[in-house]
Amino acid sequence: MAAPKIIVVGGGLAGLAAVIKIAEMGGECDLFSIVPVKRSHSVCAQGGINAAKNLKGEGDSTWKHFDDTVYGGDFLGNQPPIKDMCEAAPGIIDLLDRMGVPFNRTPEGLLDFRRFGGTLYNRTAFAGATTGQQLLYALDEQVRRYESEGKVKKYEHWEFLSAVLDGQKVCRGICAMDLRSMEVRTFPADAIIIATGGIGAIFGKSTNSVVCTGSAQSALYQQGCYYANGEFIQVHPTSIPGEDKLRLMSESARGEGGRVWVPKTPGDNRDPKSIPQSERWYFLEEWYPKYGNLVPRDVATRAIFKVVYEHNLGIDGKPMVYLDLTHIDRKILDRKLEGILEIYEKFVGDDPRDTPMKIFPGMHYTMGGMWIDYKQATNIPGIFAAGECEYQYHGANRLGANSLVSCIYGGGIAGPNAVIYARGLQASSDGNGHFAAEQKKQEENNALLMKNEGTENPVKLWRELGELMTKDCTVIRYNKNLQQTDGKLVEMLERYRKINLSDRTLWANTTVVFARQLYNMLQLARVIAQGARMRDESRGAHYKPDFPERDDKNWMKTTKAYFAPDADEPKFEFEPVDASLIPPRPRKY
Amino acid sequence: MADKTVILKIKRQLTPNGKSYWEEFSVPYRPNMNVISALMDIAADPVTRDGKATTPITYDSNCLEEVCGSCAMLINGKARMACSALIDQLEQPIRLEPFSKFPVVRDLATDRSVIFENLKAVKAWVPIDGTYDLGAGPRMTAEDQEAAYPLSRCISCCCCMEACPQFNEDTGFVGAATISQVRLFNTHPTGKALQRERLAALMGDGGIQECGYAQNCVEVCPKDIPLTKSISEVGGQVMKQALGDMLRR
Repeated sequence: MAAPKIIVVGGGLAGLAAVIKIAEMGGECDLFSIVPVKRSHSVCAQGGINAAKNLKGEGDSTWKHFDDTVYGGDFLGNQPPIKDMCEAAPGIIDLLDRMGVPFNRTPEGLLDFRRFGGTLYNRTAFAGATTGQQLLYALDEQVRRYESEGKVKKYEHWEFLSAVLDGQKVCRGICAMDLRSMEVRTFPADAIIIATGGIGAIFGKSTNSVVCTGSAQSALYQQGCYYANGEFIQVHPTSIPGEDKLRLMSESARGEGGRVWVPKTPGDNRDPKSIPQSERWYFLEEWYPKYGNLVPRDVATRAIFKVVYEHNLGIDGKPMVYLDLTHIDRKILDRKLEGILEIYEKFVGDDPRDTPMKIFPGMHYTMGGMWIDYKQATNIPGIFAAGECEYQYHGANRLGANSLVSCIYGGGIAGPNAVIYARGLQASSDGNGHFAAEQKKQEENNALLMKNEGTENPVKLWRELGELMTKDCTVIRYNKNLQQTDGKLVEMLERYRKINLSDRTLWANTTVVFARQLYNMLQLARVIAQGARMRDESRGAHYKPDFPERDDKNWMKTTKAYFAPDADEPKFEFEPVDASLIPPRPRKY
Repeated sequence: MADKTVILKIKRQLTPNGKSYWEEFSVPYRPNMNVISALMDIAADPVTRDGKATTPITYDSNCLEEVCGSCAMLINGKARMACSALIDQLEQPIRLEPFSKFPVVRDLATDRSVIFENLKAVKAWVPIDGTYDLGAGPRMTAEDQEAAYPLSRCISCCCCMEACPQFNEDTGFVGAATISQVRLFNTHPTGKALQRERLAALMGDGGIQECGYAQNCVEVCPKDIPLTKSISEVGGQVMKQALGDMLRR
């Protein structure tokens, strides 16, 4: 019998973990990635990776990790797979350690662990300030080893366009585009694993990388995959607004005494240091006298939004507030915060020891994603998913340092299950015509975009999309606005038909690639907006002032969106959450 | 006063074998701009400074936080990452060119896959037995971890290779980044097992002997990796192994 052939799409932590497992099981694996896999978005993770190794004598356990994760996720996550992940986490750390990840060490030479949000235990292993980079490199190196042994074939600079489905709606391979030659081609496989990461680009600027558009997930949703809990978007309270993207500013800045404020007068554009104390509004300290600047992330984020969008007090009329460290002694700052202050200096060009930092909450992560079962299988036979692009492990809110573990764990589950599925797969009964048909469809799609003579500029349309989604679909949600947002998205999809590409050449044309992604972003944005509109409660990252309480009776349910091709819009189903292990309790930190 | 603008001169080339030419652009200035944001502005409105419609610039980019290694190019003649190149700190007009020692894909995007081939050639990995549960990894002192970590931050951007006078078609030099990875894996308790093969791969033409000690590599490295130290250390290992091999013959 021939070795099962698996295609993995995406070369971040989840994709690489899947590839390693497949190669180890004797499967044949093709790995597709937009960028060389070593340049995937996983490199951006800084803080660490959670595992209850209990190396600090604190009595930590995998059950406590499980409980923290479910509670942090506000009881929206299915509990059995979360429990399995937390139990596997210590073994994952051991494996990474064996692969050579330079984790920080204790004096005895053991792995060091630190505290992170949402737990009372030192549970986070870390490698300097670049844990994600170090983890990705370790997996990348193992995949390179398999590649040199001929067990893995990489297709870098290729973008996934769609799945190839046969007449019985069973996945038989993928259709992808070479981002240099622009060639559209189909690739047969017994099963495919989607590990395409986040969707930050739907919100314009985010902390995500350029490739995190959600385009693959959206394409599959439009082909019949369920998309779950799309409305759950994590916004980090302190990111550094940039002209090109948002970069994270660690919570430790506030931990060391940083104060958040805005000028009391709208449009006050004086140098911040010349604004007297009496003309500054330390709104967190005023609103939350007990916790001050160290209120939990979601509370801080909501407060900043209120000041900027309801009081119109953003710095220079822009969505930014000050995070001020200038009152703290330079030596203390250098000793405790040097690493993160350097990031600010490098990308903003100001020294935060002298000048207040300008920060704003930034779209950071999607808890929602492709619906999968406990084997990481989507509802379409032969399509599996792992990593940020699926919805399984974080409920309504993700804990810091849980993303890296969920990526590696999910990939490690998806890989073997795809191989097992492939071994039992029957050949398609209706020939190979669907490959040519899918290729033709995608080629026609490109040709149509190339010759369109409209008036709409894709980059400008995208910027509008980002502003709209950031304003109405992130931190504070009102049904009226969400209703209007969906209406505007419909309008944008209409305008998309009149798109005009500024580049019609046939080599390394980034404009046509981006236009394709934009269409998929618009379609997925409707899932997010409508899901948020429907969920009349507040849970985790989803907050509606008109429905401020969690409503377990009506809403302890997974949102499942599916695409209705005739209506060209999402339809919704709701599935009860598996809370069989930990009874829900109110979430109060 | 007219609104402030940023002037860029960009070297363009539509195809790998096409002729290169320069185009000049002017984009509105905002505080805290980097080179990437200027390129994004051009993509939104691809018109040259003299009003001629053109195509958006093709360039590699991803994380924009100087950790993925994608957006390397020549900026005012220097090999560096475009994401951390702040407009306020650059002399205008800002000259953007693709790396000169790697094949141009289009405009500022180059094919730097040679670095990944080199990493394959020197077996830059730890040869683990498998991913099944085999318990914890080898113990390591905090000191050893602190020595390994800076080497492990290499983002494979290839700035060190672009800046190196010895890195060219004639020498086939492997370049500083790969040599530094050899040092990293040769110090790992398990990685060490492949030391002989790694060093053998660095012997002969294109190997470590091609280094001319110009020290450009360490100067341009965006992650401040001690590349020259790596080269001298690995150079010593190679020498020792070569001598030993000779004596055993």
